[in-house]
Amino acid sequence: MNKRTFLDPLFRSSPVPVLALGICSALAVTVKLEPALVMALAVTLVTGFSELLLSLIRNTIPNRIRIIVQLMVVATLVILVDQVLKAFAWEISKQLSVFVGLIITNCIIMGRIEAFALNNKPLPAFMDGIANGLGYGIVLVVVAVVRELLGSGTLMGYRIVPEHWYVSQGGFYENNGLFILPPMALILVGLLVWIYNAKQAKSVW
Amino acid sequence: MVTVVDIFIKSIFTENLIFAYFLGMCSYLAVSKTVKTATGLGIAVLFVLLITVPVNYLLHKYVLAPGALEHIKPEWATVDLSFLSFILFIAVIAAIVQLVEMIIEKYSPALYNNLGIFLPLIAVNCAILGASLFMQERDYSSISHVFAYALGSGLGWLLAIVSIAAIREKLSYSNIPAPMRGLGISFIITGLMGIAFMSFMGIAL
Repeated sequence: MNKRTFLDPLFRSSPVPVLALGICSALAVTVKLEPALVMALAVTLVTGFSELLLSLIRNTIPNRIRIIVQLMVVATLVILVDQVLKAFAWEISKQLSVFVGLIITNCIIMGRIEAFALNNKPLPAFMDGIANGLGYGIVLVVVAVVRELLGSGTLMGYRIVPEHWYVSQGGFYENNGLFILPPMALILVGLLVWIYNAKQAKSVW
Repeated sequence: MVTVVDIFIKSIFTENLIFAYFLGMCSYLAVSKTVKTATGLGIAVLFVLLITVPVNYLLHKYVLAPGALEHIKPEWATVDLSFLSFILFIAVIAAIVQLVEMIIEKYSPALYNNLGIFLPLIAVNCAILGASLFMQERDYSSISHVFAYALGSGLGWLLAIVSIAAIREKLSYSNIPAPMRGLGISFIITGLMGIAFMSFMGIAL
């Protein structure tokens, strides 16, 4: 295991902008920063532990039914996350609604299990899972910060843009309502992809 | 009857799986390079949704929902198995996809050649699991509502992937900044299409 295994997924081969994996379930939770952080944490834990578990049993799974075994392991972990959220963070669990369940079909998890966990020892697989989860989390958090700051003028629910700036209070500022709407998340990710590709001066696609 | 039409229209336009919830984005981006393959995948998704969502609805109503087991034994009225829904839904989806694939292969080789390659992909498509989870969360009251919902969501998904594929075919003639090509511009176009679809939000049925 070397440092690259851990650091590459965070930036150089970040799962969302570079590989286009795992956009599915999670952009809908980036309106506010708090659910995005919880989502990032949940995905990191599920990716890490599912890679660890599947790497441990990788030599005993028959190749033909491996997809269904993977789905079962991931689904069990997601149920655990969901139950913990329901027990200790009911409000956030309500906000995330079906998107916790959709971690199961997050392509990052299946993709990394297929590509990494089934051919590697448990510890590197665990690190790879955590790193990919974090790489994904970084994108979620960046998008959520922009959307919450410009769309509601707050971060984590705390007011960043002062009240007296608003037009209704006699100021000059108005929140951009577009950032609350779902399409803006897609446009922001599109811009992120642009920045990533421009920095690396090559397009993978 | 009115609510059936209402659910149908809503799930195509205002609650479109792609534009409002980003479900199935991975395959949406990966398989939308030509209209022909996009149509194939879209029809496959529609087909699988029409089978899995009603089956999962029955499973939810008669097995998983709180008190659903009362009809077997009166003492079981307090049993709530809904925490198992993730794992059972994904198992049902994986099994049905496998079954549908085998049936189509046996009875309609022509259809199999068109859809076959997409079917295995669909088991881990977020749109399929997402539709089942939304069905559970929204608590539809009858099977006809569920059918309307499944049909509407499937058509909405088909509509979205075919239109982006058509736009992307035209895009190959336009002069896009190099780092933006492919993935980046697809995200931004999807965002713009999402904004267009939001204009249906004003429809009150």
